[in-house]
Amino acid sequence: MLRLEHIFKTYYVGDETVHALDDASLHIKPNEFVAICGPSGSGKTTLMNVMGCLDLPDSGSYVLDGVDIAECTDKELSLIRSEKIGFVFQQFNLLDSMSALENVELPLIYQRHSQRERIERAKLALDQVGLGNRMQHRPSQLSGGQQQRVAIARALASNSRVILADEPTGNLDSKSGNDIMRLIDKLSEQNYTIVLITHNDDVARLAQRIVYVRDGRLFDTLEEADAV
Amino acid sequence: MTMFFNSLRLAIRSTLANKMRSFLTMLGIIIGVMSVIVLVSLAQSTTSSITSAISSMGSDLLTVTVTDEDLTLDADDYLDLEQYDSIAGVAPYLTVSSTARSGSNYTSVSAIGITGEYMDIAGLDLESGRAIVESDLDWRTYTAVIGTGVAGDLFESYDVIGQTFTMSGHTFTIVGLLSETGSDTDTQILVPLTTAQRISDSTAITTAYVRAASTNEVDLAQALTEYKMLQLTQDEDSYTVYNMSELLETMDDVMSTLSLMLGGIAAISLLVGGIGIMNIMLVSVAERTREIGIRKAIGARRSHILMQFLIEACVLSILGGLIGLGLSALGLRIFTIVADMTIAIEWRAAIVALLFCVVIGVAFGSYPAAKASKLTPIEALQRN
Repeated sequence: MLRLEHIFKTYYVGDETVHALDDASLHIKPNEFVAICGPSGSGKTTLMNVMGCLDLPDSGSYVLDGVDIAECTDKELSLIRSEKIGFVFQQFNLLDSMSALENVELPLIYQRHSQRERIERAKLALDQVGLGNRMQHRPSQLSGGQQQRVAIARALASNSRVILADEPTGNLDSKSGNDIMRLIDKLSEQNYTIVLITHNDDVARLAQRIVYVRDGRLFDTLEEADAV
Repeated sequence: MTMFFNSLRLAIRSTLANKMRSFLTMLGIIIGVMSVIVLVSLAQSTTSSITSAISSMGSDLLTVTVTDEDLTLDADDYLDLEQYDSIAGVAPYLTVSSTARSGSNYTSVSAIGITGEYMDIAGLDLESGRAIVESDLDWRTYTAVIGTGVAGDLFESYDVIGQTFTMSGHTFTIVGLLSETGSDTDTQILVPLTTAQRISDSTAITTAYVRAASTNEVDLAQALTEYKMLQLTQDEDSYTVYNMSELLETMDDVMSTLSLMLGGIAAISLLVGGIGIMNIMLVSVAERTREIGIRKAIGARRSHILMQFLIEACVLSILGGLIGLGLSALGLRIFTIVADMTIAIEWRAAIVALLFCVVIGVAFGSYPAAKASKLTPIEALQRN
């Protein structure tokens, strides 16, 4: 589903050179639930940005669902983000001026669905995350856990098969966090390919496979990673 | 198309969400559109009322004015012109500025001393009563034919035949009422020429109307009049002979230049309004960088973001334009009531001003919109 080969990404912050991704290779199969685990600054967010087509690598190849990302135009990248990838962010990233329902509808607008179909699918997605009774609430009227569930519903509504979650529990208390993780766990049984980015080992353990990130490099086991 | 309506809905919502800010932004456009429409409408209405006043007198009319104050020509000098076949009639006249009173009412008027032929030549009609006739001139009677404006000011009624008023120390009896023309003849009082000469204590006559026998003979009549005047005055700089149609053309030129100039000045304020919109759109882009990032992350294309901000700028400018149009219509209506003068809204100016608003929306919205659309998703998401 996602195949990254020898990805490099370097940032220049002032005089300093940061190798955010240093020869990173990763292969994620369809319906796999992979956790990417590492301390802050290890390059895991850069990895997610590259996987989510929000950012392009300096070198290396990335093939998503048979499409070579390096070959894509800006318009095609937007289309991939729209149809293939659902994002779940640590800060939820909902639009405050819109109701929960409208937030979930948003990706469907860019997929050019009719208003009727948008509302139907958005309601279905909100039901799926257990917020069918909170559809007209603004994000500011919802708890953190509820906001994150709206964000997940937004990812589900777009019919994307890949869900990229960046520290989805990072801003939540442990109870809401557990609820969100149960929801993500449930989704992994429903034909979604899930990439979960976290620095929390307990959260990561829910995944079928854990990939460790240290200084922009990827490792399959904790021992290898800690040896760096 | 769905995309367009969604952007439109979003733009209207964000305009309403910041009512005060939107209003202040639109204010520049509102004032600009108002000044374009009101100024051009005023200029056009004035032009058309002056033009109709002049053309009602006929294009076969010449005006003779003596500018040299030392010359004392009398009525017969001018009437001499009637000997020519191409001149149908001559009406020497004398204008005296005065104040007319009746009871406690008074009004400033131009008293015009006329001969019996004057009203025919100047193209004036009677509403009621009779005109000034030769015997009035012979007897130097204190009779008067008055305009409707004077009748309204002095008597608050048009039923004035037989009424009297005082002017320059004499009591005049009204014998006739002029038809309303909407021009300055409404505020005139016509009296016998000989009477006017008596009250102004002068026999010198400096103005006359000369009517050509037909419109084809205007040029000939003008040449003959100029020849005659040169004979009388021996100085070609001491008199002028105007042709009404020439005057009309000059008038039209001046007025269209004037309205173009007024429109141009007003257009500058529209431009300033446009800059205000650009300013607010730039602020809006900066404020909503994160929103742009979110939209891009979930699949918005560059063109979607571009359209969203462009439509928002257009909504602001068009809404401002429409409000400006509404206020101009209201303002002109109030002006009509207060100033008792019909000012029609100039629709061509209104359409041009509204089209200009669309252009302003696109022109001044495109830079901020392009700026928004070019943000990369992570750049936009990382900003708070």
